[in-house]
Amino acid sequence: MNPDSPNPDGPNHDHASPDSQTPDGPATPDRTAEPQAAGEASTGAHMPPLERSVVGSVGVALIGAGLRSARPLQKIVLGGVGAGLTALAATGRNPLATALKIRQNAQGEVLVSDAVTVGKPAGALYARWRDLERLPDLMTHLQTVEVLDGRRSRWTVKAPAGTVSWEAELTADEPGQRLAWQSLPGAAVENHGEVLFRTAPGDRGTEVIVRLAYRPPAGTAGAVVARLTGEEPAQQLRDDLMRFKREQELGFSPTTQGQSSGRAATGGQA
Amino acid sequence: MKAIVWQGTNRVGVETVPDPTLLLPTDAIVRVTSTAICGSDLHLLDGVIPSMERGDILGHEFMGEVVEIGRDVKKLKVGDRVVVPFNIACGACDPCRRGLFSACDNSNPNHRMAEALYGGVSGGGLFGYSHMYGGYAGGQAQYVRVPFADVGPHRIESDLRDEQVLFLTDIFPTGYQAAEQCGIVPGRDVVAVFGAGPVGQFAARSAQLLGAAHVIVIDRVPERLAMAAAAGCQTINYEQDDVLVALREATGGRGPDHVIDAVGMEAHGHGPGALADTAKQRLRLSFDRITALRWALLSCAKGGTVSLPGVYGGLIDKVPMGAAFAKGLTFRMGQTHTHRHVAPLLSRIEAGEIDPSFVITHRATLDEAPDLYKTFRDKHDGCVKVVLNPWG
Ligand SMILES: NC(=O)c1ccc[n+]([C@@H]2O[C@H](COP(=O)([O-])OP(=O)(O)OC[C@H]3O[C@@H](n4cnc5c(N)ncnc54)[C@H](O)[C@@H]3O)[C@@H](O)[C@H]2O)c1
Ligand SMILES: [Zn+2]
Ligand SMILES: [Zn+2]
Repeated sequence: MNPDSPNPDGPNHDHASPDSQTPDGPATPDRTAEPQAAGEASTGAHMPPLERSVVGSVGVALIGAGLRSARPLQKIVLGGVGAGLTALAATGRNPLATALKIRQNAQGEVLVSDAVTVGKPAGALYARWRDLERLPDLMTHLQTVEVLDGRRSRWTVKAPAGTVSWEAELTADEPGQRLAWQSLPGAAVENHGEVLFRTAPGDRGTEVIVRLAYRPPAGTAGAVVARLTGEEPAQQLRDDLMRFKREQELGFSPTTQGQSSGRAATGGQA
Repeated sequence: MKAIVWQGTNRVGVETVPDPTLLLPTDAIVRVTSTAICGSDLHLLDGVIPSMERGDILGHEFMGEVVEIGRDVKKLKVGDRVVVPFNIACGACDPCRRGLFSACDNSNPNHRMAEALYGGVSGGGLFGYSHMYGGYAGGQAQYVRVPFADVGPHRIESDLRDEQVLFLTDIFPTGYQAAEQCGIVPGRDVVAVFGAGPVGQFAARSAQLLGAAHVIVIDRVPERLAMAAAAGCQTINYEQDDVLVALREATGGRGPDHVIDAVGMEAHGHGPGALADTAKQRLRLSFDRITALRWALLSCAKGGTVSLPGVYGGLIDKVPMGAAFAKGLTFRMGQTHTHRHVAPLLSRIEAGEIDPSFVITHRATLDEAPDLYKTFRDKHDGCVKVVLNPWG
């Protein structure tokens, strides 16, 4: 019942060669490879200079308001929050981002990665993913993917106001093993990433690993807001991977949509 | 149809709700002929399991007749009489194929909720047991939708009464798995069971079926202890005796070889540890009160097994981990993998080795259920197990 999993640092899993870090590098799927998107990754979150100065000024303004306030409680609260924000700006770290484990690299890109094991062979899973125009079935925030030529495609996502779209190009395409992409200059949300397909030890199918890096439109604060509202890529990615697994293993996703309950208007024949 | 509905902490009610419908081609609809209230439902009544919503239909122990099947259902037929495991499992994922049905990867639509709370992984769905466990409508109702209808429901072909097979849906497999995973050496090992509720009763009898040399049951409710004594168990009332002293004496100073905690997160207890647990649970700083778990770790013999069918929900502290480590204990725990126990335990019932209906003290209708939730919780009126007839 408890097969020992093989040592992840075993002989067939050498450390990544430096050039597997570049999108076009000769990347074999590698258990110990650093996320190519990572750069100097750190959990939580350097604020870019502009954000830092905004946070800093708000902090100073709050301290001022606190000092001017006649009500003692307000004095303490405003002064305290203000001092906190000022300190943050001084250290350049966004504590919310740190607490929410939003990872960022030194270039200010937000890093997202996740993995799932699917009980199907790597070739079939790769083929499903390579069929870019069908990806919106799996990734519900995607509206369309339009293939422009062998390497380029146009991606359109639903956004709070209308849609956002950009062009991307494949930077690696290794059947049954790996796909990597990079948004083309001018993208509203600059991003790059890769998906790896790696045979799981034992009779368990394939490990699918996705690594993304993107530049959040509103900086680190934007990433925090997105995380808190559940619309952040880390959460979307988790849902997408589970939807992928369930599509492959079951042919459908389980649901309770439309089931009976004591709440009004849930369908059924009253 | 009529259903028992969660209306908030300490409030369950009978409501008229829409009949369930098939939502997926692998679903079936079962007309419920018998359903029971479980100790796990009391954690919902008491509001200590997160992610319940007003209007949720309760109940995970139920059986009945198949009245409708989806077009992809192959094994089940309309008219079949079935018992339905309380876990919802897909049957296709790696955990399911290894028999770890409660760990199903695919049956919980709300996996993200459980992942957020439990370190990035989610167990399978459960009937009528919070949104974190899938938010599936339960079976304390006249009808219920059963997903993965070819995986869960087990046909009952013999003429055994509902009351004899109903508990195959949960508490008999739960008590059995609790004992089985101790690895009892027949004729040698002594097993102690904390909690003489329905799960504890089945754990104690299962330990006997598996050959335990001696079984000791601990509780404070006299009629529950009497039920265990009637099966030949030694009993300890922890309000009358110091339970750790009594267990040492009962085992020649070794402690029981295996200890089953059939109490879980709402243990009753004395002393500063128990008081602190209660305060933290009230303040929602912690989900769990762990007196029984502490006693289990402190009493268990060297090299023994601590088996936890009792449910835990969150973070705990003041766990005597040093004692557990010093004695080299093994921990076994989790939601029961009910599916894999149904057929073998049904055979034991058919062979007359056990008649699970011994545990029933109250029979009632859905309309009486809200009151009986409280009777069962407060252990009034000698209540050990309530069975409901949704059509009575
Ligand atoms: N693992 C599973 O899949 C699974 C399935 C069903 C039930 N359960 C859990 O099993 C537990 C028991 O269920 P039940 O239906 O028997 O519930 P129950 O509430 O009827 O029984 C619990 C018993 O424990 C006794 N008790 C309380 N504190 C105690 C203590 N400190 N020491 C000894 N006894 C103590 C109570 O008096 C009561 O008799 C619950 O936590 C329930 O959620 C788990
Ligand atoms: Zn139960
Ligand atoms: Zn499964």
